[in-house]
Amino acid sequence: MSGVCLTQRQQSEFPISTRQPTVIPIALSLDRGPIKPPPGADAEMVSLYEAHKKVYPRSVSGVFSNWRWGMVFLTQLVFYGLPWVEWGQRQAVLFDLEARRFYIFGLVLYPQDFIYLTGLLVISALALFLFTAVAGRLWCGYTCPQTVYTEIFLWLEKRTEGDRTARMRRDAGPLGWDKFTRKTAKHVLWLAVALWTGFTFVGYFTPIHTLGREVAQLNMGSWEVFWTFFYGFATYGNAGFLREQVCKHMCPYARFQSAMFDKDTLIVTYDEARGEPRGARSRKSDPRSLSLGDCVNCSLCVQVCPTGIDIRNGLQYECIGCGACADVCDTVMDKMGYAPGLVKYSTQNAVDQNWTKAQTLRHVLRPRVLIYTALLGAVVVAMLLSLATRTPFKVDVMRDRGAFARVVSGGKIENVYRLQIMNATESIQYFRISVSGLPGLILEPVENVLIESTQSRWVAVTVRSAYDVAASGSHPIEFQVTLQDGSAQVAEKSVFIVPR
Amino acid sequence: MSDFTSGFWSIFIASVTILSILACGLLLWFSGKAKAMTAHDNTTGHVWDGDLREMNNPLPRWWVWLFVITIVFALVYLALYPGLGSSAGQLGWTQINEYQKEVDKGNAAVAPLYAKFAAMSPEDMSRDPQAKAIGERLFMNNCSQCHGSDARGSKGFPNLTDSDWLHGGTPEKITETLVQGRLGQMPPMAAAVGTADDVKNVANYVLSLSNSPHDSVRANLGKSKFTACAACHGIDGKGNQALGAPNLTDDIWLHGYGETAVIAMVNNGKVNQMPAQAGKLTEGQIKVLTSYVWGLSNTTTTK
Repeated sequence: MSGVCLTQRQQSEFPISTRQPTVIPIALSLDRGPIKPPPGADAEMVSLYEAHKKVYPRSVSGVFSNWRWGMVFLTQLVFYGLPWVEWGQRQAVLFDLEARRFYIFGLVLYPQDFIYLTGLLVISALALFLFTAVAGRLWCGYTCPQTVYTEIFLWLEKRTEGDRTARMRRDAGPLGWDKFTRKTAKHVLWLAVALWTGFTFVGYFTPIHTLGREVAQLNMGSWEVFWTFFYGFATYGNAGFLREQVCKHMCPYARFQSAMFDKDTLIVTYDEARGEPRGARSRKSDPRSLSLGDCVNCSLCVQVCPTGIDIRNGLQYECIGCGACADVCDTVMDKMGYAPGLVKYSTQNAVDQNWTKAQTLRHVLRPRVLIYTALLGAVVVAMLLSLATRTPFKVDVMRDRGAFARVVSGGKIENVYRLQIMNATESIQYFRISVSGLPGLILEPVENVLIESTQSRWVAVTVRSAYDVAASGSHPIEFQVTLQDGSAQVAEKSVFIVPR
Repeated sequence: MSDFTSGFWSIFIASVTILSILACGLLLWFSGKAKAMTAHDNTTGHVWDGDLREMNNPLPRWWVWLFVITIVFALVYLALYPGLGSSAGQLGWTQINEYQKEVDKGNAAVAPLYAKFAAMSPEDMSRDPQAKAIGERLFMNNCSQCHGSDARGSKGFPNLTDSDWLHGGTPEKITETLVQGRLGQMPPMAAAVGTADDVKNVANYVLSLSNSPHDSVRANLGKSKFTACAACHGIDGKGNQALGAPNLTDDIWLHGYGETAVIAMVNNGKVNQMPAQAGKLTEGQIKVLTSYVWGLSNTTTTK
């Protein structure tokens, strides 16, 4: 992608070649050459800003809509449900920011485990790359919270205000009792969902049962109040009002996903060769004899579009790949007795070269996809291995810096270290500490060290060596911290300093 | 703003800030007036790399209000908080106040914990696991830098785990040391002792007190010269805790072992300081630390 891009004016992000530039104004033709500055008659002077035109998406049903609702239920069951799951004596998933312990089922994570979050984010990013390269903006169309909550809010809107035409008519009409009650009902429902979402979000950080009690007694902490309302307000605003504008003007993923597109990426496409010339006709008439294509120009594909575009104009940066237009067009084709798939998931190459489904599928395995898959697999395997071989405790070693070394009676040399031992389990652990690296090193204290569950503790140890064992200078040594039952051991390196 | 010696930079920064904000407002106003040429196919006519055409996808107008809000926010913020040159802001916010508030909040949060210890004796506290754990953390954070993580000190910094105390090892004395700090002072004594040879003899006598390796002939010669030292260290050399004069008979050598180190001490003297902790630690913390330090050399727990 070229970097030429002004704030308010973006280039077409998904170049697509077309045979009929006149009906696809946002498309890009490779063989047309540089266009001339628009002649005066064609061009007009427009403002850099435009008034927002509200989109009234018509409700739709069909296979892609079912997929989306499936993902709505799956993601929200996890999001709303997870904080209520118990694990032993505590909440199964709890991020205790104050104590800096993060509980995920059996795992007790320390801030030192942040690498796992990095791993998770890398996996998420690579998965996004992979899915996008294969099938376009799947994330946007089916699982993104913006899409998911908009879907829920649209459903509530339909329950209270009716579908597209009813909503448009009511919005245009005067404020009466009917309009007032329906709008009020809608906002009450929206706010209820939004606040419940905010409450659930905070429930990941404050045990949700405690939070529930606090809400009932109206004594929530100030941060809990802030985040419940802030997250709730964001849900209400984004899913109720901003909707497609988030995708069009705010979301960075929406923009950089175009860099993962190529001509073999599945996109929602309009089969122009089959559809054009479009036009209304009777169901009984033969379109060929009327020299019409299969598109009946019912404009339903435009009405259902959550971002308010016309898919027949070709691929546009606004398209979130939700497949609503494909769903609705298939129902129309079915009524007309035509074959489905006038608007469908296909690739640019498949459309241009009339590939069969098998031919299209064969092009899924291309270098870009294989590289993403290999990287994703490698990171997933590395992460799983790391989790599987994880010790139930961590150790950090710090040498005392106040004094490098001290000479004690008998001409022996002592170095002092602090071992931070972190118990990453929910039971008391006892540890044995030993040291190696120089002959005859003696470590004190010799007793086993007790660390309470999920606690960490600095343990001061003294390492003693006879004077003549090593030359003056720094010598590598290693501490071994072993669970009392010997089931796990962590070795940490340090140095022993012999003074001159 | 004490970094600047004149008011110029304050005025300069304030002017640049205000001008920048005004310029942002001006830019917004202009962009609201400006028009862009757009063809019927929604392109601006600009072409790059042969085929990359610039589209005109205007920003929604409400977005402009976000920019307006940032400008308003900036002005309100600069009026309330320090930021405009050396202006302190209307709210009188300072980092030091914030820090003090956090510290007070933290102290208030742990106050109930320390209240529990108020009624306990240091001896009992040294056996209380919770007091011990708190004491250990306080020691690690505040004392270990000099006395070592294992509290056994090093050259010049006393070992706190033995029974050799410079200023006394009762809980009361330990509290006193923590609160007021200590100043250990040994004056240069060479002149009072006599010649360099006398100093060497006295040093050998001092070493003999703890049966350390020494020259017994010189030690005998030095014995009479030790009277100069006895004022503080006592006739028997066992020190005086009221003065902070160390015991010379226990084979513990805070400032170095052997003839050379003792001679250097007699010749040059020494000033050694333990800083007062009263301003840094709360009363409760000092009490917990007292019991912890006392417990280091008074372990009665069975292993």
